[in-house]
Amino acid sequence: MTKVSMTVNGKTVSGDVEGRTLLVEFLREGLGLTGTHVGCDTSQCGACVVHVDGKAVKSCTMFALEAEGAHVTTIEGMANPDGSLSALQQAFQDHHGLQCGFCTPGMIMSAAALLAENPRPSEAEIREYLEGNLCRCTGYHNIVKAIMAASGQDVSSIAAE
Amino acid sequence: MYNFEIERPGTIEEAVAALAAEEAQALGGGQTLIPTLKARLAAPAKLVSLAGIAEMKGVRSEDGAVVIGGGATHAEVAREAAETYPALAALAGGIGDPAVRNRGTIGGSLANNDPSACYPAAVLASGATITTNTRQIAADDFFQGMFTTALNDGEIITSVSFPVPQAANYQKFEQPASRFALVGVFVAKFADGVRVAVTGASEDGVFRWSEAEAALSADFSADAISGLSVSPEGMIGDLHGTPEYRAHLVKVLTGRAVSAA
Amino acid sequence: MPDGGIGASNKRREDVRFLTGKGNYTDDINIHGQAHVHFLRSDIAHGKIKRLDTSDAEKMPGVLRIFTAADFEGVGGIPCGWQVTDRHGNPMQEPKHPVLAEGKVRYVGEMIAAVVAETPAQARDAAEAIVLDIEELPAVIDMKEAVKDGAPKVHDELESNLCYDWGFVEENREAVDEAIRGAHHVTTLELVNNRLVANPMEPRVAIGIYDQASGDHTLYTTSQNPHVIRLLMGAFVLGIPEHKLRVVSPDVGGGFGSKIFHYAEEAFCTFAAKAVGRPVKWTCSRSEAFISDAQGRDHVTKIELALDEEGHFLAIRTETYANMGAYLSTFAPSVPTWLHGTLMAGNYRTPLIYVNVKAVFTNTVPVDAYRGAGRPEASFQLERVIDKAAREMGIDPVELRRRNFITEFPYATPVAVEYDTGDYNATMDKLLEMADVAGFEKRLEESRKRGKLRGLGINCYIEACGIAPSNLVGQLGARAGLYESATVRVNATGGLVVMTGSHSHGQGHETAFPQVVADMIGIDPSMVEVVHGDTANTPMGMGTYGSRSLAVGGSAIVRATEKIIAKAKKIAAHLMEASEADIELKDGQFTVAGTDKSVAWGDVTLAAYVPHNYPLEDLEPGLEETAFYDPANFTYPAGAYACEVEVDPDTGKVEIVSFCAADDFGNIVNPMIVDGQVHGGLGQGIGQALLEHAVYDENGQLLTGSFMDYAMPRASDVPFYKVDHSCQTPCTHNPLGVKGCGEAGAIGSPPAVVNAVVDALQRAGHDVTHIDMPLSPSRVWAAMQQG
Repeated sequence: MTKVSMTVNGKTVSGDVEGRTLLVEFLREGLGLTGTHVGCDTSQCGACVVHVDGKAVKSCTMFALEAEGAHVTTIEGMANPDGSLSALQQAFQDHHGLQCGFCTPGMIMSAAALLAENPRPSEAEIREYLEGNLCRCTGYHNIVKAIMAASGQDVSSIAAE
Repeated sequence: MYNFEIERPGTIEEAVAALAAEEAQALGGGQTLIPTLKARLAAPAKLVSLAGIAEMKGVRSEDGAVVIGGGATHAEVAREAAETYPALAALAGGIGDPAVRNRGTIGGSLANNDPSACYPAAVLASGATITTNTRQIAADDFFQGMFTTALNDGEIITSVSFPVPQAANYQKFEQPASRFALVGVFVAKFADGVRVAVTGASEDGVFRWSEAEAALSADFSADAISGLSVSPEGMIGDLHGTPEYRAHLVKVLTGRAVSAA
Repeated sequence: MPDGGIGASNKRREDVRFLTGKGNYTDDINIHGQAHVHFLRSDIAHGKIKRLDTSDAEKMPGVLRIFTAADFEGVGGIPCGWQVTDRHGNPMQEPKHPVLAEGKVRYVGEMIAAVVAETPAQARDAAEAIVLDIEELPAVIDMKEAVKDGAPKVHDELESNLCYDWGFVEENREAVDEAIRGAHHVTTLELVNNRLVANPMEPRVAIGIYDQASGDHTLYTTSQNPHVIRLLMGAFVLGIPEHKLRVVSPDVGGGFGSKIFHYAEEAFCTFAAKAVGRPVKWTCSRSEAFISDAQGRDHVTKIELALDEEGHFLAIRTETYANMGAYLSTFAPSVPTWLHGTLMAGNYRTPLIYVNVKAVFTNTVPVDAYRGAGRPEASFQLERVIDKAAREMGIDPVELRRRNFITEFPYATPVAVEYDTGDYNATMDKLLEMADVAGFEKRLEESRKRGKLRGLGINCYIEACGIAPSNLVGQLGARAGLYESATVRVNATGGLVVMTGSHSHGQGHETAFPQVVADMIGIDPSMVEVVHGDTANTPMGMGTYGSRSLAVGGSAIVRATEKIIAKAKKIAAHLMEASEADIELKDGQFTVAGTDKSVAWGDVTLAAYVPHNYPLEDLEPGLEETAFYDPANFTYPAGAYACEVEVDPDTGKVEIVSFCAADDFGNIVNPMIVDGQVHGGLGQGIGQALLEHAVYDENGQLLTGSFMDYAMPRASDVPFYKVDHSCQTPCTHNPLGVKGCGEAGAIGSPPAVVNAVVDALQRAGHDVTHIDMPLSPSRVWAAMQQG
């Protein structure tokens, strides 16, 4: 066991981990932050996306020890300080961008990273950016729509309520 | 995963020393290695993370070449080579997905030499030079078949130097599931000729399509290769495409790369 | 938009917890003292277990106990919930399905041993130390090979690999043959309905708990129907009476059918918790899910459609081989029969239909219901053969369909079901407008200029939802009732709790069900809370699948709420000293007709629980009612779909440039949620048509065992969809007039995509009449090379 320390959602945390302990395991089991999910074991589904030093990464494909000293943000750190939904989270609710909710944390984390890089992405840019986030419920329609809406674009002309 | 230790050296010398240990293995961005470890297909006793080595980072221009640190991530290359070598930056920006690009490194990709990886096509078509902790290796000598390279045990790719062509383009046709290249073709036009490198297609890994190079060196247009054909012999055949289909795509994508270059 | 009742697109209340990482999925639950299990699974498709030695593994660090089949002597097999009778009147062949393999392995992924250890890694380490020697036997993978004489048998104790040979309607067989012999035109199509993996994003998880003091068992599991798991596992596998067994399915991350079934891992964890004296947890990895979740579809079909000179349908004859896999999963036998054969009339008048289905055992993962379950297979073959017939006869495909539409309801089909309502011309009219079919030629020209081949595919679909009338399905072989239940509990201050037997794993019940109750009473939906997913606090219900939650579960809620209102009116009548018959309830106020007297909803509910001024001699205090609703018929959602594609002639890559769906779901409770359900179904249907395929090699190894080779639809594979459900012919036999919307998209879309690609290729001069799904670039390119 090796001690690892990092900042997660603004709080300094530490714990004892093995070499093989994945960042997602440290978050879920070590810190009880179960909002970050594991949906595959080949780094494709993106349910585990978190931000490490501001960048979206798959926490199932990074060792906890590699995050030593890093600033990690998880879905639990995405709401407004008063606990209300952020604009992006609110757009997902407003536009029904989630159903079972399992892929949702990863979708939010990826979408937030996209909007940080590209504040007004086109439909095609959003679809491209979500290459590494699988959703089985929504057919992606309302996810893409929600991200467009969160970036201040008028989505009223996109079909369906 | 089987258990192992992780070491995080700060210099190339420390990394080389750490890798000298029994059953030690280098860890780049881990985007291929970690899934492999999860499937228990590898059992290193020690992983030596190269992420903390400052001298292996970054993208810089040097004597008309773009030099990329072995530890540079795909996202860094996509961003930082965008002006100096746009075709290379575009290739890097199309590997995996954004989260994978934030971790995966050029050194890791090249050392693995997956037959469907994108980077080998750019390195081979550009005639790049791979610098390790001990030597320099020309691209034409580096790739030695699927998952096989000229690297010795414990040798670390510290940087890769890409001569910048006059014109270049990479065309990737994605395998529908993995989104690796089912076939990818990188075309680079230099003053002294054209190089065409193909990934994803061959059972021997990345290769140069010399007939196309000759034709394109004489006439850099898509029409120049219209009379050529690629033999399906030795091409990969799997669920996602027959050897004939892959051979066909090599030609289609080469033409498109030339038109887009 | 403020919250409203029926018809309002209320935002989903469950979203807040999912969006903030506060969901409570099964893997998020950790029980104090829990141990972990790792299953040693067969990597051989068919073989005899010659040696299974756990002695070294038992000494590994952290190991608590290792289980093999010997530990399950006296424990029942995993039961099948539906018995199909074959065309000769004999019951299907039904092999035993042990929890852990007994002597023989029959598919890659079958569980042989289970290691319970302190940590998941220790359990896996020890599993690798088990000495296992399997003598490999020839595997049967191809269904037609499997039923040949002399084929290796998956189950030695059975007569053959044929589970059943089903004919429907058997009495029509000869008449159908005759009609086809004498017909003006017969169109024949052979096709494959590709095998799929459901792949809900949340892999399965099970946690077994045993309380030694009370003797109570608890199972947390990722199930679509916890009550069914309790019944099947308690009564048939482990012999635990229901009152000593609680099954909890908390937030579940999608199911799509694959989480209906009772799986051996659930039984194992429940059993092992008592045997080990510790809670036992299993978390499935995605790689493990690919070889242990029941898979879907996998039909090989020949369909013949006979038509007269004007294109009127005369008869349909089909022969289908349906893969069961190595064992019968919970509802597997019903999928290719009663959920498939009964839908072969589609939206059309066809006087004679005969459906033959041969269900076959193979050395592959069990196959069972996946979104649509039997109905996509029916729609696909029917809508494809109609499209082919139209082309052969030179009749416009839409016109040919219209010429044969059923237009009068109720309509009794020749395949034993009665459609209550529908208007297929209305949905087709709507579709043609939405899809701007009139402007297609212009778009075609524009695509041509860009070097792309454009095609348009149009089709209809019908499905039977609202599963199901219990006495009917009992006659058809179901071993369970298929009613649904609800308890409505009114609290003293007027708030309500609805305890439902339905289970939400993405469908939004927590939002939609309150809209129904609130609408009936005239209160705000925020006064209504939904409880589901726990057998300890919900009435016995059958769960969620087959687009049944609102049609059946919602109807139970209506019935229970009606009882609540009836009793509340009695209380109100007493409070206002009026006749019960004169009491009206509107906007949460009870009034006396023709007077200005009124009492509020909250006054009545308070009186029910503080019965000081209350007719105690006539009426019990309290306000809580339960209803069980058993539907009188299936519901029949139907619609028309249009897909436009562009095909790259150089690579064969298909891009979906437009997809329109005009559905008739009857009445709608929450349009936003209904749209989302259709979107999701379309995503999966397009996935089946273009991308997804579970492929086995001849040795029974799954070649598509991860997302590296099993192509899941991604955001860039699909367009924005246009969906509409303004054509509404309400269901006549349930109180809400609803039909169900969960599966429609997955049923109607695959034929639209294939029709469109075939159209594109034919317009470009290729002699291509069919391509089997998935229409991957390589397959489309190969088809273009051949014709």
